[in-house]
Amino acid sequence: MATTAPPEQSTRPTYADVTRDVFGTLGNPSKTYYILFGFILSVLALGLIALLYQIRYGLGVAGYTPPVMWGAYITTFVFWVGIAHSGTLISAILFLFRSAWRTAVYRTAEAMTVFAVLTAGLFPLIHVGRIWYAYWLFPYPNQRMLWVNFKSPLVFDVFAVSTYLIVSTLFLIVGLIPDIAAIREKATGWRKKLYTVTALGWRGTDQQWRHYSKAYLYMAALATPLVLSVHSVVSWDFAVSIVPGWHATIFAPYFVAGAIYSGVAMVITLMVPLRKAFKMERYITVDHFENLSKLLLLTGMIVFYAYVIEYFMAWYSGNPFEQQSFWNRAFGDYWWATWTMIVCNGFLPLFLFFKKIRRSIPALFVLSLFVNLGMWFERFVIIVVSLSFEYVPYAMGHYTPSWVEFSILAGSFAWFFMWFLLFAKNFPMVSITEVKEIIPLPRKQEAHR
Amino acid sequence: MSGHPGGILAAFKHIDAAIKAIHDLKDMGYRDFTVFSPTPLLELEEAIGHKVSPVRRWTLIGALTGVASGFAMTLWMSADWPLAVGGKPIGSTIPYVVFAFELMVLFGAIATLTGLAFHSWRNAKPAAFDGRFTDDMIGIFVPCVEDRRDAVKDLMETTGAEEVRVEA
Repeated sequence: MATTAPPEQSTRPTYADVTRDVFGTLGNPSKTYYILFGFILSVLALGLIALLYQIRYGLGVAGYTPPVMWGAYITTFVFWVGIAHSGTLISAILFLFRSAWRTAVYRTAEAMTVFAVLTAGLFPLIHVGRIWYAYWLFPYPNQRMLWVNFKSPLVFDVFAVSTYLIVSTLFLIVGLIPDIAAIREKATGWRKKLYTVTALGWRGTDQQWRHYSKAYLYMAALATPLVLSVHSVVSWDFAVSIVPGWHATIFAPYFVAGAIYSGVAMVITLMVPLRKAFKMERYITVDHFENLSKLLLLTGMIVFYAYVIEYFMAWYSGNPFEQQSFWNRAFGDYWWATWTMIVCNGFLPLFLFFKKIRRSIPALFVLSLFVNLGMWFERFVIIVVSLSFEYVPYAMGHYTPSWVEFSILAGSFAWFFMWFLLFAKNFPMVSITEVKEIIPLPRKQEAHR
Repeated sequence: MSGHPGGILAAFKHIDAAIKAIHDLKDMGYRDFTVFSPTPLLELEEAIGHKVSPVRRWTLIGALTGVASGFAMTLWMSADWPLAVGGKPIGSTIPYVVFAFELMVLFGAIATLTGLAFHSWRNAKPAAFDGRFTDDMIGIFVPCVEDRRDAVKDLMETTGAEEVRVEA
């Protein structure tokens, strides 16, 4: 079904409209919001119970079966880090390219980035089992007088993901400050106090804008290579080892494209209900969704190309272990996971070549759900299927995630959505300042004509 | 006490009127006025004519410190506890580029924000303010002694201010 732009899109909002409309999305949550939030909290509770159970009885309660000692937790870690990436792409990279359409959607994407990294960061800690020793991952002075192994990509990851979390959070906060100042003037009660404190004294003076504009530009310039580096580093967790199916130089660009792909899909998944619930059709238009779907199509095709190249290289290498590994992916025990990945990520997005699909919001929403599913399975296939079928036949094994892993996986979604919902009702999900930037201010000369 | 010097506070709805007021104020010799706007506006910036923000130096110094710290940390810690793995030298500069890069971004970003906070605070001038300046109006506050207020008020009104207030 093609969705046409509602008639109000044609009328350009004024500065006052923008502040009023975005402010109108905050506070006074509806009954539906509370029901949804209650459901999310109950799923989160399930995940927490499963985690406590694992902490009490040890990692044996997860489904790890030698040689598959990286399972659903690492799969979900890579999935959430990937989700984070499109937020920075939209907020930083498109900012540097002066892409005007990003202004209405970047805040949602940026908030998604922060909460996705916040979720991803939990999984290495859950995966190591003894969560109370998680600080061993960081180099710190200790009585044993030892340091971490800086040559290991796993330690690269600690630095990359921590840096990503800090920088993306700072970037989100910096963008929020002028918006909070705008809604501070309209808020009342405890919200007024909250926004007065969090606006950090912002008044929009010429001196503040002078330093702010430059600082934002440099933050974007720093975040741009960061986003490319983080998923490259995550890919090296696999690529530097000699597991068949992992040891490939294509991994870094393949993972970065996949990360942006999954992230754009998640932005669409989040934006469709948000736009409807907040009545933001005037600001987040069908054109925005079409631009997002073009990004989805581009990154989807890069990912599909990488799938094909992986199979080609396995055949062309003449390496029997590599060939067996890829044969096992497509026709072995986990064929269903591989084909779910190929259909959801490779074939379904090709529908986006049709403009009608690109401009149909229901179709995009459904497609984005399939891509989310497919991208989780992509990581499952790369990690679990490769590990289950390495070199020595007697050391091959079959891994099935346990109820504990499934519960923690569900809990991670609840954790992510809990933060997102809390943020959506308390802070502007559409950037007031940047939307105003693309609306021309009235001129006296025009008024006199 | 108002916390700012006395002067004239004007609110503009039209950007060209505000720009004209800024030019006229500069022609009259005023330099220490404050302009408020709901969003960064290039035309206003050009009319005011500030120099480039020094925040860029903070970014550069922060980023370079990050690179140096990344290499220094990894090389020193490797030397302090030699760990021979994978046939690589104890101090392997190539993998350590990753740490230097990540700390470059981290320190650069933190330094940028520190610079933003520092310069915004250092260059802040006490000025009267109205909440509409973060919504849909451009504001200009001109600190001036009582003798000159009438002239500034006239200037604001003739250039097209929607509202002009004398702030004691």
